[in-house]
Amino acid sequence: MDNNKYSVINTHVHNIDGFAKVTGRATYTFDVTLPNMLYGKILRSPHPHAKILKIDYSKALEFPGVVGVVTGKEDTLGVKQGIWRRYQDLCDEQVLTVDKVRYIGEPVAAVAALTEDIAEQALDLIEVDYEVLPAVYEPMEGIKKEAPEIHEGFERNINVTRHIEWGDTDAAFEEAEYVREDWFKVGGQHHVSMETRAAVSDYTPDGKLTIYHSNQSPYYLQALMAGVLGMREGDIRVISRYVGGAFGGKFELDGAIFCSAVLSKKLNRPVKIIYTREEDFIASKRRTPMFYYVRTGVKKDGTFLAREAKVFTNGGAYTGMGATALYLTGFFHSFPYRWRGYRFDGYRVYTNTLPSTSMRGFGAPQAMFTSEQQIEWIAADLGLDPIEMRRKNSHYPGYEVPGQATIGSCGIDQCYDEIQKWIKDKGTLPDNRAIGISACGFMTGGIFNWFDTPYAFSAAMVTINQDGTVELHVGAQDMGQGSNTTLAIICAETLGVKMEDIKLHASDTDHCPPDLGAWGSRQTLMTGNAVKMAAEDAKKQLLEFAYAHAHIVSKTGLNIVYDLDIKDRWVHNVARPERGVDYSELVRIALRGKEGQKIVGRGFYTPHRKGMISPAYSYMLQGVEVEIDEETGKIRLIDSLTAHDCGQPINHLGLIGQLEGAFSMAAGYGYLEYMPFEDGMLMNPNLVDYHMIRATEMPPTAVAEIDTYEPEGPYGAKEAGEGLTNPTAAAIGNAIFHRFGVQMKENPIRPEMILNALKEKKEQEKAGKKK
Amino acid sequence: MEKQLLTLTVNGQPYELYINPKTLLVEVIRDHIGLTGTKRGCSTVSCGSCTVMLNGMAVKSCSILAMQAEGAQVTTIEGLEKNGELAPIQKAFIDHGAFQCGFCTSGMIMSAQAFLDENSNPTEWEIREGIEGNICRCTGYNSIVRAIDATAKGEYK
Repeated sequence: MDNNKYSVINTHVHNIDGFAKVTGRATYTFDVTLPNMLYGKILRSPHPHAKILKIDYSKALEFPGVVGVVTGKEDTLGVKQGIWRRYQDLCDEQVLTVDKVRYIGEPVAAVAALTEDIAEQALDLIEVDYEVLPAVYEPMEGIKKEAPEIHEGFERNINVTRHIEWGDTDAAFEEAEYVREDWFKVGGQHHVSMETRAAVSDYTPDGKLTIYHSNQSPYYLQALMAGVLGMREGDIRVISRYVGGAFGGKFELDGAIFCSAVLSKKLNRPVKIIYTREEDFIASKRRTPMFYYVRTGVKKDGTFLAREAKVFTNGGAYTGMGATALYLTGFFHSFPYRWRGYRFDGYRVYTNTLPSTSMRGFGAPQAMFTSEQQIEWIAADLGLDPIEMRRKNSHYPGYEVPGQATIGSCGIDQCYDEIQKWIKDKGTLPDNRAIGISACGFMTGGIFNWFDTPYAFSAAMVTINQDGTVELHVGAQDMGQGSNTTLAIICAETLGVKMEDIKLHASDTDHCPPDLGAWGSRQTLMTGNAVKMAAEDAKKQLLEFAYAHAHIVSKTGLNIVYDLDIKDRWVHNVARPERGVDYSELVRIALRGKEGQKIVGRGFYTPHRKGMISPAYSYMLQGVEVEIDEETGKIRLIDSLTAHDCGQPINHLGLIGQLEGAFSMAAGYGYLEYMPFEDGMLMNPNLVDYHMIRATEMPPTAVAEIDTYEPEGPYGAKEAGEGLTNPTAAAIGNAIFHRFGVQMKENPIRPEMILNALKEKKEQEKAGKKK
Repeated sequence: MEKQLLTLTVNGQPYELYINPKTLLVEVIRDHIGLTGTKRGCSTVSCGSCTVMLNGMAVKSCSILAMQAEGAQVTTIEGLEKNGELAPIQKAFIDHGAFQCGFCTSGMIMSAQAFLDENSNPTEWEIREGIEGNICRCTGYNSIVRAIDATAKGEYK
């Protein structure tokens, strides 16, 4: 933060929602109560795969306090929906299913009653006749010829395929002096937002629907709900003022929003549905589990030549955002390195488990767990320094990933320096400890438009009131990552006012411009660019009046080469900053000059000609010091350093929080967060048995910020906080490799896996000695 | 089930409520009294989002029946602020960015406050143990530990 040329950017700015959040004033969907409101509960399938023959809810309807029951067949249009709206065959989920269930927990019917208790009891009175069908739970089984068909017309249950290729991969392999191939089984992970899925729908007979919903893209939900209900988008208002976490799990249509809306529409009363923690586990979505085959060819000096990957992902019952995760895992598996030939073939396979989808990192954590470990093993096999081998093959500023992406800023080289120094300073570690490293990069917003929006990807409006206070309207969604604060900072800096002058309006589709929302690390760059443009527009309009009244900023008048600017509410001559006028005074002059109209600035952003994936990429290298108990196989994280290039930091406190938070989630993915299924049933759908990092398990998380400037980002900023979910699992695996020489090809890396690997190694050594 | 009379004091305000004796303390706080700052994240006493102070002790309000709080002094997140002035721990949370989505924050702050009331000069490890019963999915805890440490050191008044 030293030598900061900005007044607001990268200073110690408090989160603008902080006061509400530390005093209990922040009202989440979970807290919303409306007059005349009913409570809804969802009846869920106990079977992983079954036909619904008959639903009889007459007894439930007679139960005192029950007001209504809905089923897919009777009360919905049965529309198949999905977030990949551009591709009809990928819109495969009805939410309230009509004739078939495909995973345990899938919504079958919903009840509205005077209280949650009554609704819950009434569920037991609904009789459903099922014809149970054979089910399949793993992609390698689902893809077999004889596997049961989960969706009609999808041969071998293949939901989506992805092929990515550049260069002549086969020729590059021919040239390789060393080739290594490995299979990995990469795990799923649950988002576990502290606020479970929650919605309050309020349909009124005049044809308007207002929905309070915990999500990360109010515009997506507005549009998706319009599609399934046969309503106009403009008649639906989605409000998501405070969201208790999302992490990639809350921008699709969920059972809470759909069932509450269908009930509300039928009963003309507000209906609230809150998922229990168990429901949130079994009937939401999860990070995509993957089987990963990786083959890599290099020269003996460590020059990377060719890589080939084949991936089979466990898609679960529906598409969701899983199609994007498949593409992105394929792309980021190449990161952050240059390959002469690269080939990826991905198959997303339907199974009878809860659907898999996007989760923070979006396919990249899986890719890095496999890639970054294999690279470490290759370095060991060839006797090369793993950091130097990575360095010589890495991206650099201006590098073009053939046919895919052009890299703008790239600070990975400096990242290697920082981690090298950190490891050197650590000196000799105790016997039970080792350091693992892992590199990666990540996108700053996606370019793809599978949602088929006609709108700009982001938009913003800046309105200046007579007293100089500013209304900033954005469609971005703050789910805790701090985008409200970041966008207010960009607005204040650009306009030249103070943070307390900005009143930010977001999370309400009636009053905010459409925006694709919070996913793929897009808001700082895309919404940030829109905010900057809107604030510049408003500022330009203001300054027109300053030029017209030049005498107020300069006694001698201004000729064409003089520039005016506003900073810290001071309108001034750039060459002579002491000559100026108070910003509020200029606002009053401008307002009068505009015949009483407020000054309104507009901005928008849609990426054009920025490749296939993203306008900009963050880079990072992480080192993790791990302690492993040889007797128990238990892991303890001791220390960490992340060298991180996110361009120009905007929101300093927010950035640190994002990086620390990403570490905890990524570490959990590495060694704790396990989702075991038996016959399609999740065995640990609660916070006792699903183990996430707690305060006592979190190591120090130092960050070395690498100074770069990203030309595509507002003030040079790019992604932070999602990409850092990617490296940690591999870094932990690499530490175990360096400690014991064993290779961890499955995550989360559980104690029994380490013990088994050690046992196997001992047996091999014994066998070796006998020879 | 026949309703019973519950008298308790919440944030200095006395209440008399007729409740079903099966009602949980968190339900009385949120649904009967209407203080929604206290959250619920699990209902298995695992996450700590519902933490309040009962006679000065941190308790998970989803784990006890409201009737067990008969005659007790309950403090919720809404009770920490006095006449518009935030408690030091609340100021520290803002200044250290010790929250993100904010859903666990009420419970986390109540745990932190109860912990500091008992241990005014804690080590970092003691702070971590003090909030071990509270899950935060966003922050990774380190900013929370810094905020509690700074409060203990008297950096916020």
